Amino acid sequence: MCLAIPGKVIEIYDENGLKMGKIDYAGTINKACLEYTPEAQVGEYCIVHAGFAISVLNEEEAGKTFQEWDRMLEEINKEISSEEK
Amino acid sequence: MKYLNEFRNPEIAKKYLDKIHKITTKEWNIMEICGGQTHSIMKYGIQEMLPKKVNLVHGPGCPVCVTPLEQLDKAISIASRSDVIFTSFGDMLRVPGSEKDLLSVKAEGGDVRVVYSPLGAVQIAQENPDKEIVFFAVGFETTAPGNAMAVHQAKKRGLKNFSVLVSHVLVPPAVEVILSSPINKVQGFLAAGHVCTVMGYQEYIPIAEKYKVPFIVTGFEPIDIIEGIYQCVKQLEEGKSEVVNQYSRSVSAKGNNNAQNIVTEVFDTKPRKWRGIGEIPGSGFGLTKQYSDFDAETKFGVEEYKAEEPAECIAGLVLQGVNKPNECPAFGKSCTPEHPLGATMVSTEGACSAYYRYRNIKTS
Repeated sequence: MCLAIPGKVIEIYDENGLKMGKIDYAGTINKACLEYTPEAQVGEYCIVHAGFAISVLNEEEAGKTFQEWDRMLEEINKEISSEEK
Repeated sequence: MKYLNEFRNPEIAKKYLDKIHKITTKEWNIMEICGGQTHSIMKYGIQEMLPKKVNLVHGPGCPVCVTPLEQLDKAISIASRSDVIFTSFGDMLRVPGSEKDLLSVKAEGGDVRVVYSPLGAVQIAQENPDKEIVFFAVGFETTAPGNAMAVHQAKKRGLKNFSVLVSHVLVPPAVEVILSSPINKVQGFLAAGHVCTVMGYQEYIPIAEKYKVPFIVTGFEPIDIIEGIYQCVKQLEEGKSEVVNQYSRSVSAKGNNNAQNIVTEVFDTKPRKWRGIGEIPGSGFGLTKQYSDFDAETKFGVEEYKAEEPAECIAGLVLQGVNKPNECPAFGKSCTPEHPLGATMVSTEGACSAYYRYRNIKTS
């Protein structure tokens, strides 16, 4: 039940006095309440659970992870090329 | 999908798995707390790719599974009333109560509706002023902010025909019950990433220190889980017991303050009974005095319901990581997703259901 997925905020609007957003999940668009992530901007990714954004995805932290992986993939490539030799 | 597909890269997964194989020298039991993580572990065959010495045990983090029988009986009783529109997340509809489930109530003519967001239930209340709208507020800390917002909004909009049947549970008290049990075998935890997105992870620091166990705040994609296991095994091998955040793209140490503020306004902690485990002090939420008018239990007079769980079901031991689902004599025989004995076989996040669904998956 704690399933939450990242989606891109494509529009921010007001509904019954609540900050809401249209969220794009790779082509499927649904609305989510942004009251708990008031800092969310159009173009940013939010983690959404049961119609509520519970965090704005920290792209800097995700970037650090990807950098670490690039380093790991380089290691793999080096291992493969040294095995080939 | 961006920020999902990257975390399913088999090359990276293999690299982390190699690292786990390289550092593992002793036998370790690691519990993933959340049912969503259990589901990923079974779906991607993660246990089979780990060293034999690393054993994953499955935790109680499936709110559908731990909702006690009497809460379901209360829901079924309220939903059967002709003046009620009963709203719920879809997961709860097939969970058996003592005699039937909510889906049967719907089949018998009850107005039972599935909502995607708790705010959907508030909307139904606004559109149906001559009906009583009840929302089944089930969940862990992840779901509490949304459910709290629904009650907060109902009060703000002056809706007298809206109430909630609260069955909220909290992770840290359950973790302490597991760790203090004489039959405990868990040595390290993957903490639930979305619970920590809301609550942060500072609550786990004193628990890690007291019981000398590491906690890795972990996400839900296969690489998240494999990296979480790597960090946990690394700490166990080094004799450390720290709280580490693997899921930093979503989780901060303090969590989401905006969400916590509304949760604290609407809910306060109270003892809760967990299906298969029993009552745990301070392990759940109830409505605060300020919001007590929205309590469906008092509104419909169902507070005193009691129910006994079927003796054949060992879900309580599965939820505490003592037994694996396929060690139950009823598993796949008298207990299947079509004819479940316990909620762990009903919910898609339940450990028994995950074992049953992915029982034929073999990983090469």
